Amino acid sequence: MSLKDKLSELRQRGLADIKQSTDLKDVNQVRVQLLGKKGPITEVLRGMRDLDAAERPKVGAFANEIRDDLTAALTQRKEELEQAVLNAQLAKETIDVTLPGTPVAKGEPHVIQQIVDQIEDLFLGMGYQVLSGPEVEEDKYNFEMMNLPKNHPARDMQDTFYITKDILMRTQTSPMQARTLEKHDFSKGPLKMISPGVVYRRDTDDPTHSHQFHQVEGLVIDKHITMADLKGTLQVLAHELFGDKFDVRLRPSYFPFTEPSVEADITCFNCGGKGCKVCKNTGWIEVLGAGMVHPNVLKMAGVDPDVYGGFAFGVGPDRFAMLKYGVDDIRNFYLNDVRFLTQFTKKG
Amino acid sequence: MKISYNWIKEYLDLDVKPVDLAEKIERTSVEVDDVTKPSDGLKKIVVGHVLSVEAHPDSDHLHICQVDVGEAEPLQIVCGAPNIAEGQNVIVALPGSRIANNVKIKKSKMRGIPSAGMICALQEIGFSEDVVPKAYVDGIYVLPADATPGDAVYDYLGMNDSLIDLDVTPNRGDMLSVYGTLHDLAAIYDKPVELDHPEVKEDGAAIDDQLAVHVDDTLSSQYRMRLVKNLKLAPSPMWLQIRLWNAGMRPINNVVDITNYIMLKYGQPLHAFDYDKFNGEDVYVRTAKAGEKLITLDENDHDLDENDIVIADQKGPIALAGVMGGLDASIQDGTTTVAIESAVFEHDHIRKAAQRHNLHTDASQRFERGVNQAGVQEALDAAAQMMNELADGEVQKGSVVGSSNIPEPAVIELTLTHVNAILGTALTMDQVSHILESLGFEVAISADTLTVTVPVRRNDIHIPADLLEEIARIYGYDQLPATLPTGRMTMGSLTAKQRLVRATRQSLEGLGLNQAISYALTTADKAKMFMMQASETTELAWPMTVDHAVLRMNLITGLLDDIAYNSARKVKDVALYEQGRVFYREDGQDRPAEEEHIAGAITGTLLPAAWNQPAKPVDFFQMKGIVAAYLKDMAVNGDVTYVPNADMPEMHPGRTADILVHGHRIGFLGEVHPSIAKKFKVGATYVFELNLQAIVDMPKQENQYDVISRYPAITRDIAMLVDNDITNEQIVALIERRGGAFLQSVKLFDVYDGVKVPKGKKSLAYTLTYQDKHETLVDDAVTQAFDKVSKRLEEELGAEIR
Ligand SMILES: [Zn+2]
Repeated sequence: MSLKDKLSELRQRGLADIKQSTDLKDVNQVRVQLLGKKGPITEVLRGMRDLDAAERPKVGAFANEIRDDLTAALTQRKEELEQAVLNAQLAKETIDVTLPGTPVAKGEPHVIQQIVDQIEDLFLGMGYQVLSGPEVEEDKYNFEMMNLPKNHPARDMQDTFYITKDILMRTQTSPMQARTLEKHDFSKGPLKMISPGVVYRRDTDDPTHSHQFHQVEGLVIDKHITMADLKGTLQVLAHELFGDKFDVRLRPSYFPFTEPSVEADITCFNCGGKGCKVCKNTGWIEVLGAGMVHPNVLKMAGVDPDVYGGFAFGVGPDRFAMLKYGVDDIRNFYLNDVRFLTQFTKKG
Repeated sequence: MKISYNWIKEYLDLDVKPVDLAEKIERTSVEVDDVTKPSDGLKKIVVGHVLSVEAHPDSDHLHICQVDVGEAEPLQIVCGAPNIAEGQNVIVALPGSRIANNVKIKKSKMRGIPSAGMICALQEIGFSEDVVPKAYVDGIYVLPADATPGDAVYDYLGMNDSLIDLDVTPNRGDMLSVYGTLHDLAAIYDKPVELDHPEVKEDGAAIDDQLAVHVDDTLSSQYRMRLVKNLKLAPSPMWLQIRLWNAGMRPINNVVDITNYIMLKYGQPLHAFDYDKFNGEDVYVRTAKAGEKLITLDENDHDLDENDIVIADQKGPIALAGVMGGLDASIQDGTTTVAIESAVFEHDHIRKAAQRHNLHTDASQRFERGVNQAGVQEALDAAAQMMNELADGEVQKGSVVGSSNIPEPAVIELTLTHVNAILGTALTMDQVSHILESLGFEVAISADTLTVTVPVRRNDIHIPADLLEEIARIYGYDQLPATLPTGRMTMGSLTAKQRLVRATRQSLEGLGLNQAISYALTTADKAKMFMMQASETTELAWPMTVDHAVLRMNLITGLLDDIAYNSARKVKDVALYEQGRVFYREDGQDRPAEEEHIAGAITGTLLPAAWNQPAKPVDFFQMKGIVAAYLKDMAVNGDVTYVPNADMPEMHPGRTADILVHGHRIGFLGEVHPSIAKKFKVGATYVFELNLQAIVDMPKQENQYDVISRYPAITRDIAMLVDNDITNEQIVALIERRGGAFLQSVKLFDVYDGVKVPKGKKSLAYTLTYQDKHETLVDDAVTQAFDKVSKRLEEELGAEIR
């Protein structure tokens, strides 16, 4: 058998051995057997010295080629086996991905806070300031400067928690109108503000009444503010809070601090305007009061009603939340049942 | 007020359905509570003629009646009403009919006798008990003799009318009458309205010879009376009774009914006195005197107040003016001479009297809002005329007038430019003047200016803004354009405080607490708990309940109430925070100062047990971690330290720490005292409360960039035994002070005080991290620093390094 034939046979046998190796140890053994210093290839090469000088390089090159082939086959087999080991390992590590995730501590903002924040952000975007006033108010700001002198019959509309004759729990966020108007410097620009906060009424708590609830007052005073601006502003508010499909309509009403006074209805949530029990078949639901600021309110705050005027509105986030989510009992907002609080999780 | 659709149509040629009319009213003048048609929901209810009445053999109160209902054969109906009698026309609910409250009537047997239907009382077909004429309250109703058996009863009883219930705002007293409503509708529909005016047929003697009135005109700006003699009291004709009960009033007799009818029609409350019961011929309008009493028509006794206006004769009060008449001089069987009063009483007095005596009547409601002061005499005349026509009365000549101050109509100037500038419209002069004229206002135009004369009946209109409302609502709010304010730009941005308050909420939510909003009004006890500073309480003068009577001076009790509410409902794990105000009052001040606080409370576990982790009950250190993370978020500048506080009565004495920033106390945290927790009916609860305003006011650390060292850090662990009273804070402070220039951080990693530690001692272990920002640290340098600090710990704190 020629040296070359021996080498060819070696290659065949080697490749077969490599193919048959079943684990990394085998592969290593085969490597040592084939390519080690005592291996057959080394032995064959040793036999080269008996060859012609002309043959030697050819056989040498052939031997190297075989060594490279076997080395490549060994590497490939090793990778194959390693991959198999890894795959087996990963298969063992398989988990049930449908098991629940590990809980993390996570709190939610109160649903009314969410609505207040949404209103604030909307009006901030339209250049309004956000102002907050005292919850314990003077009669003067809560009533008198809102054009509700003592003995005004409309005071009966707002049953009041008095602390003393002149000090009370504010029944509305409107006193911030008077407080802000008194201070505002119109030479610096128009007054555009909203004032969110807690208000109090002398009511017995039941599903539709709460002695404590929220209000957001809005006020814009400048030289050329129109009732159409009020209507447009309320429309923007309704669209922001409820969606573009919701329409706003105005109805005459009465508040001592605005003239004209209106109440604003929006499309019924429940029926989309077709008419249902919730909206008493009108297709509309009353959501807020508004109007053009009464000249007396401006005058009392030292603002010239012949030069300046504007609109005011007051919205109730509690009512909004009740309508928007169908909350059937206003007391839910103040009892803080965790199962209630954690229902309102949508952000953005 | 319930307005009758049929009544309206007598004066106004309308071609709209009642619901559409109601909708129009709601959109244009006042709110509408609802629209009802009394016959709605009723079925097969007809006139029956009672042919015979026999006693029921097995009952002492039932009767067997044969009733002609317009069919070939009479129906046999068993009836239990005491007033059933042969020859009556009655209300019959036929078999298969539906009466009030959706009740179906079927053929049945009553004590063995077949009964084909039911003879009804008015209440059974939907009438409210308090409008049913007294004679029929306890029995069946008897229809007029000329009613035709078999006809539906509805038209006989006015039940096919539609009633529009107006919710009249305090400014629109004029809408509390048919005439007032008609004026508005005339404008809304732009149609002429033809109102009738009384023509009194006078007879007999001059009233002046029979009656004199003496009036304080500050109490009553108009006081007028007429005298009608030889009246024949009787039930009113059906049409009049229908008008009344459809408006929610009970028919009494023709005289009383006429006064009520005139009130509904004109909005002017009238009162009818029995003239023969007057003591003397003089009537006084004055305030009540101390000690005077009056029994009103409803048979209630009233101790009169010196601010009550009364009508009095020589002996004393005979009526609480503008509210309710007295029983003594009221119209009763046998009354033949009536003094009719038509007056205007000062509204504030009336409002207070109605409140004082808890008598909110149709009259007081109208006087409080103001009646048509130009129509007082007309209403009086109309009543006299009706008493002549319906009760055969002899109207004595003339009226007595005690006061007659009729206000001048308001004259208001307005420019078209102003109208359009405020409403945002482009109305023409014609449009504006037409609207005002359709309301019955007089308009004179000169160039851009309208001079508007407002009839006295519209006592709500005084200034141009009031006219703007009239123009806007009649023009229609739907027609107003919708725009946004233009003009100079303004900045819309939150203040630093508002941003911090928002960040506070977000931080605590991120740390696992849910936002609660609790009641700020609480009990006197709770208001005073968990106080962070001394303060007087602020109490309501007239609270509704003791539960909400005093302003809170802490937020924690509100949160404990919330937790109690949850645990009572088996919700055991509760983590809440609240941001809101507490109210501190100084002695001698009426008004408290309002301080923003932030508080948190956790009971149970912050994280529920899960399949892969056990529940870990909340403890002091978890709450402390939350507070520390929050304060880090707020970037308060200065060292935050926690100092034990064993002196808060509501807190666990060994598990409470004051929270200090730069030595300034801003709040506390710890476990609620177990006995307080028990009082609130809550389990172990950890709380904190911080003065949020103080956090707002504190200087803050600005964010800044610190180069992250490229050189490796070296760590050394140190474990030591110390006396129990040595605190972690002392050890860390010492290590930080003596740790050398390269000490980067000290981290506690183990605390042990179990059996392997001698009594009175505890074991603490720390990892110290060293790093040089500019070069690789040499081990030797670290060893040197570490040995030094170990020695210090031994010397200064008596630590035994292990
Ligand atoms: Zn609806």
